[in-house]
Amino acid sequence: MLGLLVRRLAFTIPMLVVVSFCVFSLIVLVPGDPAVSLAGENPDPEQIAAVRERLGLNDPFLLQFWHWFTGVLRGDLGQSLFSSQSVAGAVFARLPATLSLALLSLTVALVLGVAVGVLAAMRPGTWVDRVATFAASLGVAVPYFWVGMILVLLFAINLTIFPAVGYTPLHENPLQWFLHLFLPATALGLAPAAVIARQTRAGMTGVLREDYVRTATAKGLPPARVVGKHALKNAAIPVVTAFGLEASRLIGGTVVIEQLFALPGLGSLAYTSVFARDFPMVQGVLLVVAALVLLINLLVDLSYGYFNPRIRQS
Amino acid sequence: MTTTADTTAALARTAPVAPTRPGFWRRFRDNRPAFVALVVLALLVAASLAAPLIAPYSPEAIDVPRRLSLSTPDHWLGTDSLGRDTLSRLLYAGRVSLLAAATAVAIATVIGVPLGLLAGYVGGKPDWVLGRIGDVLMTFPAIILAIAIIAAMGPGLQTAMIALGIVYAPRLFRVARAATLQVRAETYVEASISIGTPAWKIIPRRVLPNVASPVLVQVSVMLAAALLAEAALSLLGLGVIPPTASWGVMLGSGFKEIRSTPLLVFWPGVAIALATLAFNLIGDGLRDALGRRTRKADS
Repeated sequence: MLGLLVRRLAFTIPMLVVVSFCVFSLIVLVPGDPAVSLAGENPDPEQIAAVRERLGLNDPFLLQFWHWFTGVLRGDLGQSLFSSQSVAGAVFARLPATLSLALLSLTVALVLGVAVGVLAAMRPGTWVDRVATFAASLGVAVPYFWVGMILVLLFAINLTIFPAVGYTPLHENPLQWFLHLFLPATALGLAPAAVIARQTRAGMTGVLREDYVRTATAKGLPPARVVGKHALKNAAIPVVTAFGLEASRLIGGTVVIEQLFALPGLGSLAYTSVFARDFPMVQGVLLVVAALVLLINLLVDLSYGYFNPRIRQS
Repeated sequence: MTTTADTTAALARTAPVAPTRPGFWRRFRDNRPAFVALVVLALLVAASLAAPLIAPYSPEAIDVPRRLSLSTPDHWLGTDSLGRDTLSRLLYAGRVSLLAAATAVAIATVIGVPLGLLAGYVGGKPDWVLGRIGDVLMTFPAIILAIAIIAAMGPGLQTAMIALGIVYAPRLFRVARAATLQVRAETYVEASISIGTPAWKIIPRRVLPNVASPVLVQVSVMLAAALLAEAALSLLGLGVIPPTASWGVMLGSGFKEIRSTPLLVFWPGVAIALATLAFNLIGDGLRDALGRRTRKADS
């Protein structure tokens, strides 16, 4: 297992360096002179010069990257163009809300997806299976942001069970934290749940036909043990792969959902920074998001080793 | 003796297979969900194209006294906060949204497929470099990368579509590359190479037709993703800019009125969901209809 970890890290760390270079290079895409475009509406020469100085645009490009990158390694992501905030400070202040939302949505996706998938696989061809398959097709197609709006309408406006907007940190009030995140996490988790349900069903129907499952059933194990102990672990790999891909997409979706539900997360920071053209801030958010996705991919790869011991060797 | 045995064996291998496999269109048509999806999509496209002919009002005609009305004989699907007719806006918005999704996927195809063919055919260093660039681009969630590109280039439909095209290109690159690798190993391609046919003739004539089916499946599924992404970006105000209507724009402005007129977010959502579902089901149908014969074995 340690060998696998080392091998995956040997892939992930160079990726992080390349990704940081890409994030930094984004400034090349700014049309014309970035200092002029980024200095705000009708800038005077002094402001332009200040921006140029701040971003180090007078240096050669690779040197600029080196300054920024060595800063990143020290945990310094630079300064916001328009406020005195440090980018790292702003990003880490916003991280808890996004992580809470993402983790809760992924929990919804995994629990609901695996449950529906297993149920459908245990009774293939019956109405349970058909309803599950239909719901999964629908779940993949229905836009998550629309689901969010409909949930607000049903459970925050018509029935005032959940708050429609806002966020309470977990350490202040766990119940309020949960109530505020329940609707956004459900909206974001339903589509990945549908994808995971499909994968689980496909994987499980195959595994349930295997001899060792028949043996387990024949020796009198209750169906729950057969599924939980023997079948699920062997059907897990495609499910985990789907989970990894969906997790990355889900993190993208937080931008929209945070905006709809007024959650103070990374997504809404990215959103305001894009409109303000606060470039260092955009770069900081982008870097942290990419690191998060790489981390998820790393965990997914490591979990392959857990589910299939043969992978640990090769 | 041996000849008869050989012939029967050869017959047994080839004869019964060919006539039992119906043509592509028959196989696609027999897949009921995919066929219904195709009809629904055709209707959506036709309605959007015919918007100027069938829309009861101009999509930008303001009628403040009748703002936020529910379904009435004059306005079948009601009106928005400026009294604009929802049905007319929905029809015109369909043009923008569907065209936007198609543009983004077209850009992704034009970038991803040729590079995938090249990487798969040539192999070696170009393949490695292109593959790693793809890996890096795939590290960013699609919508976040699109937002980053928009941050640099400024909001607007065109930027949003270029951004999405770049974001989706690596996915098509991977599909095209994998299919090319497979074809590259086939005997007929090796034969072509050995008699000295140049690559620029082999790739379009021998490789491309075989790469086309997996690419087509991916394109269909990607159209669904692009449609959702365009809606999300427009909803945030980073894509289509009002007063032009797209389904995403309508959702965004409708959400502001959700407490008084929930219908405003209902219809554009239904339109997006229908189109997305249709693209996905068509993709599934294409996959089944274009798939190799072996997949029949386990059913």
